[in-house]
Amino acid sequence: MTGGALLGQTFHMDTQTRQDHAPGGARDRAREVLLAAVRGLVLAAVLLPFSLLMLILTVVSVALVPLGVGLFTTPALLGGVRALADLRRGLADEWCGIRVPPAYRHIPASAKPWTRTFAQLRDPQVRRDLVWLPVDATAGFVTALLPAVLVFYPVEGFALAAGLWRPVARTEPYWYGFVPVTGQASALGAGALALVLLLAGARYAPRLLTAHFRLTRAVLAPGAAELTERVRVLTETRRDAVDSSAAELRRIERDLHDGAQARLVAMGMDLGTVEMLLDRDPEQARELLRRARQSSADALEELRDLVQGIHPPVLAERGLGDAVRALALRLPLPVEVSVELPGRAEAPVESAAYFAVSEVLTNAVKHSGAERLTVDLHHAGGALRITVTDDGRGGASVAGGSGLAGVERRLGTFDGVLAVSSPAGGPTLVTMEIPCALS
Amino acid sequence: MRVVLAEDLFLLRDGLVRMLEAYGFEIVAAVESGPELDRALAESAPDVAVVDVRLPPTHTDEGLQCALRARRARPGLPVLVLSQHVERLYARELLADGNGGVGYLLKDRVFDADQFVDAVRRVAAGGTAMDPQVIQQLLAHRATRERPVDRLTPRELEVLGLMAQGRSNAAIAAQLVVTERAIAKHTSNIFAKLGLEVSDDDNRRVLAVLAHLDRDR
Repeated sequence: MTGGALLGQTFHMDTQTRQDHAPGGARDRAREVLLAAVRGLVLAAVLLPFSLLMLILTVVSVALVPLGVGLFTTPALLGGVRALADLRRGLADEWCGIRVPPAYRHIPASAKPWTRTFAQLRDPQVRRDLVWLPVDATAGFVTALLPAVLVFYPVEGFALAAGLWRPVARTEPYWYGFVPVTGQASALGAGALALVLLLAGARYAPRLLTAHFRLTRAVLAPGAAELTERVRVLTETRRDAVDSSAAELRRIERDLHDGAQARLVAMGMDLGTVEMLLDRDPEQARELLRRARQSSADALEELRDLVQGIHPPVLAERGLGDAVRALALRLPLPVEVSVELPGRAEAPVESAAYFAVSEVLTNAVKHSGAERLTVDLHHAGGALRITVTDDGRGGASVAGGSGLAGVERRLGTFDGVLAVSSPAGGPTLVTMEIPCALS
Repeated sequence: MRVVLAEDLFLLRDGLVRMLEAYGFEIVAAVESGPELDRALAESAPDVAVVDVRLPPTHTDEGLQCALRARRARPGLPVLVLSQHVERLYARELLADGNGGVGYLLKDRVFDADQFVDAVRRVAAGGTAMDPQVIQQLLAHRATRERPVDRLTPRELEVLGLMAQGRSNAAIAAQLVVTERAIAKHTSNIFAKLGLEVSDDDNRRVLAVLAHLDRDR
């Protein structure tokens, strides 16, 4: 999806072409040609019929959308099409080193059938998938079948020349390609054609298979406009991330400078004075010692608050689930927390998720007038899903510089999304999703 | 009194050893990692263990886990857990077995050596030492509904706070500069208002109060 990936792709293709001409052993070459033929046959005979089948089913399903039935079948079928396309993407990379990056839009799992269907149909990648199906079933079929034909069809020609013509061409001519086989002479002609085909196959079979996957890439890979859009989004989220981390660093610097650092200076100074006063005025020395101890306690307190704001210790010690539980125990409202996370996400994701939950909960406590809050954390479909619900008065929104807008911006760095449902009168439901893997 | 000490930072470990030895404790082992602590607890059967929550090799809550493991193997094994931050979540886990002999304090509390050593002794004797910050979290104002705790007078709240930390009536009386009889009277008022049964056993009393506060909040 990025420029780097595209460059990698071109590079890959170059090496592939060079391999074709490399003076490798004849056996290697033969194996390569045979492999291309077998792969072409597998594609043409096994996979392409599915493209045709999915095309027909999807067309029927989309036609049924107005009747309602299609709303439920279409997402499933589009999922199937995606699986099929993903399989082909995988094979393109594995067999020919051609990378076809997918660029599906992320659709929340909680979306209603109607929203889901239309969000999917609007996704340019899904549209490309659908265009790819008929192309794959026609041009794709030919380019995949040709290497197989060029390599396997000659076998029959040689067999005819070697004597197979006797049983098959007894009464009427047997057609091998465009050669009517009637006797030994024409059978030898068939053998000659077979030789020509085989030579062509030996030269072109791997390239034809590559052509098949290039065709796949041409139809399936995102166009320049989409990449430009993606670059725009990435530039924006990166700027937000850099801005907010710079602001964060400035805040930490100021807190340290005015807080702990200043207190340590005062402490050192007091201790110096104590040293001097120790013999002359023990009473005042004791007073200063008490003050120095207080300064160190205050400095610690401030550092603790600062650390809590940078990376809460419970998060480091126990991970997201327990960190949110601990957070819930600190709030002045009863918060029910349910966690279903089989592993831990990467530290930056955990941290972003923690502060997002913290912000949303704080917002709810301050503004919603709620009496109960619930937080649900789980991982499904390659994303961390977080739901925060309150029974307050509703009316929360992402617009207008609210805390929620900040949360949305920060989640954006991780391609995360935030959705708010908050009708007047409540309840409020904030859903967040961050694509990530657990370890 | 035999002590096992686990703290990974040399300066703090050294300081704690010196302080405890100055107060007449015998340090049977001063270790710096979780596995070493496991071994020390199993082999030297100490009267009390003083343990930092965060220890190598994981640098997560290794120390706390070791302490909980040791208490499962030997119920009631006195453990005083130290940390740079206190969490109700951890306090709850430490108190969950209801056996007493548990301490959970901020590391800052070592600044006041007398009080700290008093806490170590209390835990070793099967008592409780909860950090004032934990108690503060437990007593914090609750926005929505009235709780039994809200019916206490300010003085009673003060006494309750100290009691929940694990202090005895005598210690509370000394701190508030009143007679022990006055404290006993406050205590019975508090228990009546919270609907708890009065117990003569100091430790039972503390655990009942903590359980009540944790449930109520």
